[in-house]
Amino acid sequence: MESDRTGPAIGSLAFEETGMVFPDGTKALQDISFTVDQGEFVTVVGPSGCGKSTLLKIASGLLEPTSGSVHADRDQLGYVFQDATLLDWRTVQGNVELLAELHGVGSQERERIATEAIELVGLSGFEGHYPKALSGGMKMRCSLARSLTLKPPVFLFDEPFSAVDEITREHLNDETQRLFRTEEFAGLFITHSISEAVFLSTRVLVMSARPGRIVAEFDIGFDYPRLPELRFDPSFAELCGQVSLKLRGSHS
Amino acid sequence: MSSRSATKGPGTVRSLSERVLPPIFLGSGFIGIWYLISYGILEPRRRFLLRPPHEVLQVGFLDWDNFLPILNALWSSTKVAMIGLGIAICIGFVLATLMSQAKIVERAIFPFAVTLQAIPILAIVPLISFWFGTGQTSRVVVCVIISLFPIIMNTLFGLQSADRGLHDLFTLHHAGRMTRMRKLMFPSALPAVFAGLRISAGLSVIGAIVGDFFFGKGDAGIGQLLRKHASQLAGEELLAAVLMSSALGVTVFLFFGWIQERAIGRWYETTTGVD
Repeated sequence: MESDRTGPAIGSLAFEETGMVFPDGTKALQDISFTVDQGEFVTVVGPSGCGKSTLLKIASGLLEPTSGSVHADRDQLGYVFQDATLLDWRTVQGNVELLAELHGVGSQERERIATEAIELVGLSGFEGHYPKALSGGMKMRCSLARSLTLKPPVFLFDEPFSAVDEITREHLNDETQRLFRTEEFAGLFITHSISEAVFLSTRVLVMSARPGRIVAEFDIGFDYPRLPELRFDPSFAELCGQVSLKLRGSHS
Repeated sequence: MSSRSATKGPGTVRSLSERVLPPIFLGSGFIGIWYLISYGILEPRRRFLLRPPHEVLQVGFLDWDNFLPILNALWSSTKVAMIGLGIAICIGFVLATLMSQAKIVERAIFPFAVTLQAIPILAIVPLISFWFGTGQTSRVVVCVIISLFPIIMNTLFGLQSADRGLHDLFTLHHAGRMTRMRKLMFPSALPAVFAGLRISAGLSVIGAIVGDFFFGKGDAGIGQLLRKHASQLAGEELLAAVLMSSALGVTVFLFFGWIQERAIGRWYETTTGVD
């Protein structure tokens, strides 16, 4: 599964001069190099269509890069998609148990870890509900809980909160941050929301339009836990401004 | 809209009357026109062409000597339809499942499925009687031919409609072909499968009647009865048999809607028309 590499292990997830050209000639990614260590939360922001999702597909092994390499701890990968991608015919409980089920975990153990994960995302009491009875935000929580059951060392997020309203998004950001603090995974998050990126991350990478390249890197120094009020802090606004400026620059 | 009218109190009564009254009006109008044609347009000696509604009711439905044969024939046709539908479901599921597993199988089978669908059933009636005789077997064969296509196509569509992201998720967690089939593709397919079933169930009733119309050996059904009444110019019985045939079709349609609601109603927003 893992792409071969020669150097010593560097981080839970590492891109080394990774490039991707699709069969139709579209250059999606070019010379991407960065690592994400355990306890790091790295967010990639970029204009839509810049190949951000392709980056995650490569990280997860769903796609093979056409140049360079990537190595990742993919054994129990956490991957949260743009949509909640729940099984409509399963209840919240059944959905959260799915991954453990695919990995052959026994039913009692499955139930236990699912209950724990459901509690962690604040969906207790909704175990018996079907997805059609859940709001967009609750579906996303269910999707988060599903990924949490495997205690993933690497957690990939593909614009997971882009379809929910602003208030729900902020709530989900608070929760994601809390999960990051308690679970200590290596997180790679994709978004086009700058404030979301700055709020969540230890590091923000700015990606250019196609072909996607990393054009700027920001270390975000705010201490955890970050309170919702941080969003109104002048230094927060200033950082967002700087990221935004780089993003605009990459557009032209 | 519904919540707004509900707060006004009589809203639910109104919405009920809004749903029930239009078909009643239309039905009354229809019966009115029927009477008009029977008594106003047709001269008495030609009235056998369209007997007035109350005579159809009296002779066709309320005269037990006439109605019992209709019920018997209907039951016989129902059996044919259900056997034919059952066979079509089995063949259709197997073919659709195979087609969903490999593009090459889909490409191989597809043109034949379309050809089967395109055959005018009347054109192969002589062939069917040639091969299978003029009894029960031939009636069932007509049923299968006529109801197979929607099952294949809807099941295949359903199997292929499983969410791309969910497929990725199953890939990421190393799910095998059988697991993917059982836990993702089959359940995803159910709504489409039921849509196909309801179409095919209606078609199987038509198939049974058409088959029966041409193949009269053995336990004859409603098709033979229609034929007999038509040749005897027995208008009341003929119309009663026609109405009962369509009642069978409606019953089968509603029955499968009910099964669908029971099977997937908990998680799928159904539009069964029964609500």
